[in-house]
Formats: sequence, C-alpha cells, structure tokens
Amino acid sequence: MMTPTSFILILSAIIFTIGAVGVLVRRNALIIFMSVEMMLNSVNLTLVAVANQWGNLTGQIFAFIVIAVAAVEVAVGLAIIIAIVRHKDTTNIDEVHLLKG
Amino acid sequence: MLQFAWIILLFPLLGLLINLLFGKRLGKSFIALVASAAVFASLLTAVGMAAALLALPEADRSVTVQLWQWIHIGDFQVNFALLIDPLSVLMALVVTGVGFFIHWYAATYMLVDDKHQDLSLRLYGRFFIYLNFFILMMLTLVLANNYLQLYVGWEGVGLASYLLIGFWFYKPSAANAGKKAFIVNRIGDFGLALAIMWMFFLFGKQAGSLAFNDIFAALKGAPDTTIAAMTGVTLLLLLAATGKSAQIPLFVWLPDAMEGPTPVSALIHAATMVTAGVYMIARSHPLFELAPTTMAIVAWIGALTALMAASIAIVQTDLKRILAYSTISQLGYMFLGVGVGAYTAGIFHLMTHAFFKALLFLTAGSVMHAMHGELNIDLMGGLRKKMPKTYWQFLAGAAALAGFPLLAGFWSKDAILYEAFLKSPLLWGVGIFTALLTAFYSFRAVYRAFHGEPRSEHAEHAHEQPGGMTAPLWFLTAGALFAGFLGLPLMFGEHANVLGNWLGPVFADLAEGQHGGESLELTLFLVSSAIALLGIFIAYARYIPEWGWAKSLQNIFSPLQNVLENKYWVDEFYMSFIVDPLRRVGQWFYRVSDGKVIEGAVNGIGKYTVAAGAYVARLQTGLLSMYALSFFVGVALILLYFLLA
Repeated sequence: MMTPTSFILILSAIIFTIGAVGVLVRRNALIIFMSVEMMLNSVNLTLVAVANQWGNLTGQIFAFIVIAVAAVEVAVGLAIIIAIVRHKDTTNIDEVHLLKG
Repeated sequence: MLQFAWIILLFPLLGLLINLLFGKRLGKSFIALVASAAVFASLLTAVGMAAALLALPEADRSVTVQLWQWIHIGDFQVNFALLIDPLSVLMALVVTGVGFFIHWYAATYMLVDDKHQDLSLRLYGRFFIYLNFFILMMLTLVLANNYLQLYVGWEGVGLASYLLIGFWFYKPSAANAGKKAFIVNRIGDFGLALAIMWMFFLFGKQAGSLAFNDIFAALKGAPDTTIAAMTGVTLLLLLAATGKSAQIPLFVWLPDAMEGPTPVSALIHAATMVTAGVYMIARSHPLFELAPTTMAIVAWIGALTALMAASIAIVQTDLKRILAYSTISQLGYMFLGVGVGAYTAGIFHLMTHAFFKALLFLTAGSVMHAMHGELNIDLMGGLRKKMPKTYWQFLAGAAALAGFPLLAGFWSKDAILYEAFLKSPLLWGVGIFTALLTAFYSFRAVYRAFHGEPRSEHAEHAHEQPGGMTAPLWFLTAGALFAGFLGLPLMFGEHANVLGNWLGPVFADLAEGQHGGESLELTLFLVSSAIALLGIFIAYARYIPEWGWAKSLQNIFSPLQNVLENKYWVDEFYMSFIVDPLRRVGQWFYRVSDGKVIEGAVNGIGKYTVAAGAYVARLQTGLLSMYALSFFVGVALILLYFLLA
C-alpha cells in the first residue's frame, strides 16, 4: 500500500520547520548550514511526493536539479566557512558581523 | 582692398598669442619687438584704410566689412562686422599710432619694476600681452559697426584697464585702484547695456539689427514716442560715457588709476580708452541730435568736469595725479564740444590730446625713473639741467596742454570754445576760465619740477632718460607741436580744416552750424591766446621770481585750498552715502539671506538626510539570524496574504 501523499507533505513540513528554526536559533555556522540542507531536502521530498501524486516527471527532475545546486552550494558554503574560521578562528556567526551598518 | 581691413585686428591678436605661448622662451627684447611690431602693422593697416577711403568719392566713404554672422534670431541679426568710415579710421589711427609709440617706449621703461628692481621675464611678457589685448579690444570698439560689438570692445578695454592698473598686484593700493576703476566703470556699462536693450526694444523689429546705420535709418519716420524715448536712451549712453571717460559723476576712478605703470596711464588713461565715451557720443550723434535735453546735459557735464578737475589739479603735488586731473579736465572739454554739437572739434581735441597727454605721461615716467619712483613735485626742482631732453619734451607737452598759441592743444581747444560760444556764452565762460587754470597748473608742474634748485637727494642725482625711450618721445613731441595744424579754423580758408573735411562725410547729416563770422573767430582766438599766456605768466610769477603779489594771490584763495586738496570730498561723499550703505546691504544679505536661508536650506537637507540614515542604519545589525528572521517573517506574511486572498 502506498503512503498517502498528505503524510509525506506533513513530514516534509516538519522537516522544513525544524530546518527553519535551526537556521534562526543556532549560532554555529555548520549547524545552520545543515539546517539549510534540511530545508532544501524537505522541499525535494515535497516535489517528489507531489510528482508521484500527479504522475508527472517534472517534479522529480526538478528535485535532481535542486540536489545538484545544493551540492554546488555546499562546496561554496563550506569554502566560505573555512575562510571565516581561518580568519577569526570561530564558527559562531554572531561574532562575524562585518555588515553592521 | 577694404575687405581685408580685418587684418588690423589680427596683428595684435597674433602678437598676444605669440607672446603668450612662446614669450617665456624668447626673452624680453623679443617680447617687446613682437608686441610693438604687431601694433605697428596695425598702424600701417590703418594708414592703408585711410588711403583706401580717400580713393572713394565722399558720399561712399562708409564701408561695412562683414566678418561673420554672430546672432540670428528670426528677422533679427547681429553680425561681427567692421564699419570703416573717416571717424573710425581716425580713431584707429590715433589708437595704433599713439599705441605704437607707447609700446616702443615701454620696451625700455618696463625693464625695471616699481621698486627699480629688474622686472621678471614673466611679468614683462604679461605686460605686453595685456597691452596688445588692450589694442585689440580698443580697435574692436572703434571699428564696431553695431552697438553690441561696441559693447564687447567697451567691456574688453575695461578689463584691460583693470588688469593693467593692478599690474603691481602686490601693492594693495594698486589692487584697490584696479577694483575701484572696474566697479565704477561697471556702473557706466550698466547704462550702456540698458541703452542697447532699449534700442533693441525700439528698433529690433523695424531695423532688424543693432547696426549703427540701420538704427539711424530707422529713426527717420519713426513715431513721436520713439523720438521722445531717445532722451532716455541717450541719457543712458551718457551714463556709460561718463563712466568710461571719467566725467562727473563717475570720474573718481581715474586719479587712482595712476597706480598702474606709466605707459598704461599714457595709453589707456589718457590717450585712448578714456576717449571711448567721446567717440561713442560722436558715433551716436543722430540719436543725440534728437535729444536736445541730453545734449545740454552733456555740454554742462563737460564744462563743469573741466572746471572742477582743473581746479583740483592746481593743488596736487603728485606729478601723475596732476596729469590725471588734467586728463579729466580735457575730457570735459571734449564732452563740452560734442555736447554743443561740435563733434568735429571734440574729436579734434581727442586727437591732439592723445598726442600731448601721452607725451606728458611718458616724460613723467622718465622723471619717475630718474627720481627713483618719487613723483612729488615738491621734492623735485632743477631737473632742467639734469635731464634736458625730458625737459624740452615735457615743456612741449605742457605748452600744448596749456593752449600756448599755435600748438596742438590751442587749436583744438579754441575750436571747441568757439562753438561753445555760439551755443551759450556762459559755457564759453566756464571753458575759458578753465583754460586759465589749465595754463597755470601745467606750468606750475613745469616750474616746480624742472626749474629752481633741487629740493631732494633724488633730484640732485637725477639722470637723463635711457636712449630707448627718447625716440618715441620725440615723435610724440612733434605730434604735440604740430597736430593742431590739421584742424585750422575757418578764417584760414575753406580747406584749412583738413580734419574737418576728412570727418565731413560722417557728420554730413547735421544741419549746417551757424557761423559767427571771422571777426568773432579772431576775437575769441586772441582772447584764448591771452588767457593761456596769462595763466603761464601767473605760474611764472608765483614760482620763479616768487613775486609778492603772486603769493598774496594764493593767500586770497587759501580758504579754497583746503576744499581743493580734499578734492571737494567727492570720494568721501561716495564712500559714506553709496559705498558704505551698499556694503551694509551686502553684509545683511551675506548674514541673513545667504548665511541663514540659502546655507540653512542646503545644510539642513544634508543634516536631516544623515540623521535619517543613522536612524535606519540601526536595522542593519550584522547579525545573520536577525536577517534570516526578517526574511522568514516576510515570506510568512506574503504567504499569509495569498492564503487569505
């Protein structure tokens, strides 16, 4: 028996919320990064589930694109974090506020 | 041939450009050579123009040479063009002729500065650049064929005058004199600008230009209101002329202008620029003829200025200031001449005056060099033996100025006084009394400076003028002695008045003036001879044998002396009634209007922008989580909106 789409969407919403709250409340850059990944993947889950629901391949292909973009984003993001660590010897983003006006 | 007349403007322009671009590399003698050669070439061109005009029949002696179109709006157009007629050619001859001799003289004179130190190459070059610029602008003025171009020249010579008066710019007195000359002249220029605008308003449609000929042609058959407006136009032109030609009420700048180097005083403030007002009135005579009121005012301003300036000159002790007041006085004669409708006589006096006054100033420059910059005649004396050449030159100039019979100034002054007598014996009376004063003060200067015993160290050790300055002075001396024979009065025959015949075509539109007959002419001739000799004799009696009666004569007038020494307090009057109130108004505007309103608005906008920015900048915390939160809240709100909608 197939899992109902609504279950998958609820799961996806929960994962998204966990990710969003993680981005907002955590200070460690790596954790924030992981939270962002969770949000992206929850969206992937939604896309795949809905594509399955409608029998349409577009959403599944879109999920692959998101995975590819996320991989690229991870590469760039980790590079930035490493640069910050080298520079400030911290991963606490509250200590990195160069953009304060 | 006349279509090439524009090269007369090209030479001084080339001279000043060469000196401007290469002068510093080529040395002083080259600079002087280029500048003088440029003026000499212009002089030759002017002679050529005169010859070309002579070849034409009298009625055709007014040629317009179009150079380029300047302003063209609808039917109205102003061209840059030269008007070549006997009057403008005569002026060009005087400007370039006297100008050439003064350039020549200045080549030697300007080798040293006002403190008798070597003048730097830079300043030497600058001086000649300014001089050539002046010649260029003066020629633009006298050769203009329309009022707008005349205005360009008018302003140009004013600028040259300002630059040259303040040539010793490190002296505060010179810098202030330059400013004073410029500002006082601006008052007059304002009159000229208004007059031109008024003429544009009156004739712009009908004549389609501001050219002299077009405006004068449009006057014929103009409605009565236009004719009546001529009084206003000519009064504004008169204001302009009083500024440029240093007449009452705007004469105050000229004595101060003596702060400039002496060749400048000779060229600009005696021979040429200051006569621009007389030229302009003579050029505009068809307008002035329609405004008898203005004509009377011109004549009376001239007569009173002549009298007032001559009376001040009597008590001055600074040689150049005596000459400056004498210039004002002589310009007054010219105004008297053109004011009574004797344009030829006025222009005649303009020409002879250019010669003898340039001569007087330049010899005064020689004296100044010999005296190491000292110009006080009380400290001179006995210079006749130390510098005989200068003495004879100065004597010739002074005699011509005094109206010594048969010299240049005599003929021209006599011509003016004769015409003034025909108009109003009262004007003649003022003029003849002024002639007495003129003879007295010019020979007072001669006797005080050159005769008697030396009264100071410098006078003891005075030396003759250097060789380079002598030759041009002899040429000018010849002019001062003989230029008068160009304008012999009618009693010597119809053709004796060469200058009058030459200018005839320009003033052909005037009604034939009345004639007093030969006996009246002869009587006035003898009276003015006697007056001139009397003035010279009084000066002699007072300063050489120092006879008692001559000294007591001075005592009689001693209450007046104080008034004269203070120059009738005109400067003080202007200072406290015009300059100071205006300054206070300016201060008020500076403090309130400028300081509070304008600056307040501009600074206020800046200040409030900065304050608002500082307030908004607080949102930019630099905390990533804050940005993320606002981002999420924003997205949430947008979603909420779509959900509810």
